[in-house]
Amino acid sequence: MKRFLLPLLIFASLVIFLAIGLRLNPKEIPSPLIGKQVPAFQLTQLHEPEKMISSADMAGQVWLLNIWGSWCVSCREEHPYLMDLFKLNAVPIVGLNYKDGRQDGIDWLRQFGDPYKVSAFDHDGRVGIDFGVYGVPETFVIDKLGVIRYKHIGPLTPEVITGKLLPLIKELNRG
Amino acid sequence: MDKFSMNQLVLSFLLVVTPLLVNAEEATSTAPDPVLDKRVLAIAEELRCLVCQNQTIADSDAALAVDLRKQVREKLAQGMSDRDVTEFMVERYGDFVLYRPPVKTTTWLLWFGPFLFLAGGLLVLGRALKRRAHTAPTAFLSEAERRRVATLLGTITESKENT
Repeated sequence: MKRFLLPLLIFASLVIFLAIGLRLNPKEIPSPLIGKQVPAFQLTQLHEPEKMISSADMAGQVWLLNIWGSWCVSCREEHPYLMDLFKLNAVPIVGLNYKDGRQDGIDWLRQFGDPYKVSAFDHDGRVGIDFGVYGVPETFVIDKLGVIRYKHIGPLTPEVITGKLLPLIKELNRG
Repeated sequence: MDKFSMNQLVLSFLLVVTPLLVNAEEATSTAPDPVLDKRVLAIAEELRCLVCQNQTIADSDAALAVDLRKQVREKLAQGMSDRDVTEFMVERYGDFVLYRPPVKTTTWLLWFGPFLFLAGGLLVLGRALKRRAHTAPTAFLSEAERRRVATLLGTITESKENT
């Protein structure tokens, strides 16, 4: 009976490793920016190129930064949920129009709706790199002091919005 | 046609056509700089493309890889050291952007695990072999059995001789 103990233990540990490992999503890379100050940026506004929008403009409030592009198919998926969030008026949403054509971005918003307080136009994607963007859409939750508190990679879903974002926003607003 | 020599014609043709052949993408510095390019390549081969995660940004054709290569080149041209450029990327994308995982306490298992498994396997093998050597039977057959075999074989050879 003792002979079976060692192979059994090895098998059990293998099962545990597989149970954890196979459920991890390699596309969800933990962001090193969580807990750090939002990367400073200053870009033209999408709709009004003569005006600028910078990270400092949003200081003092809890806000969301949503990275999107008219070329991005997954962004279409999350867009209705973003519109719902916008209608809730729970938090200002700033858009970062990433690697897009200005007119394409404007047209896309006109066609599908604009949930953004303002969209920053990041044509060459440099600001995106500062945010560690690799899989659009991505959404950041930033607190009143400008610290990034949460990053969601991929399209938002109602579960994420109600389960993760809204509670966090409520908590950050209380502080 | 004598007014224009052949050379002039060819030259004007080239002057007109060459700008049309230039790639329309914006470049940071078009001057070829082999030293800089080598440094860019060296760093690019140590950074992972986060879109196609099994490739380096040197190999990958993803838009992000192209952008990151451009950033590396720019930062190097601005005078950043190789280490600082790598640090720049890790600050934004985390340790995963390094193609070779750093050796930290959190990655010890990753780096040394295979050797641990090898050592463990050899241990088990060693023990199993030793055990087998100790429990080897001294005789294959008992005395009585051996005599029986001899008689049986003897019988067979006897009968063979008779035929």
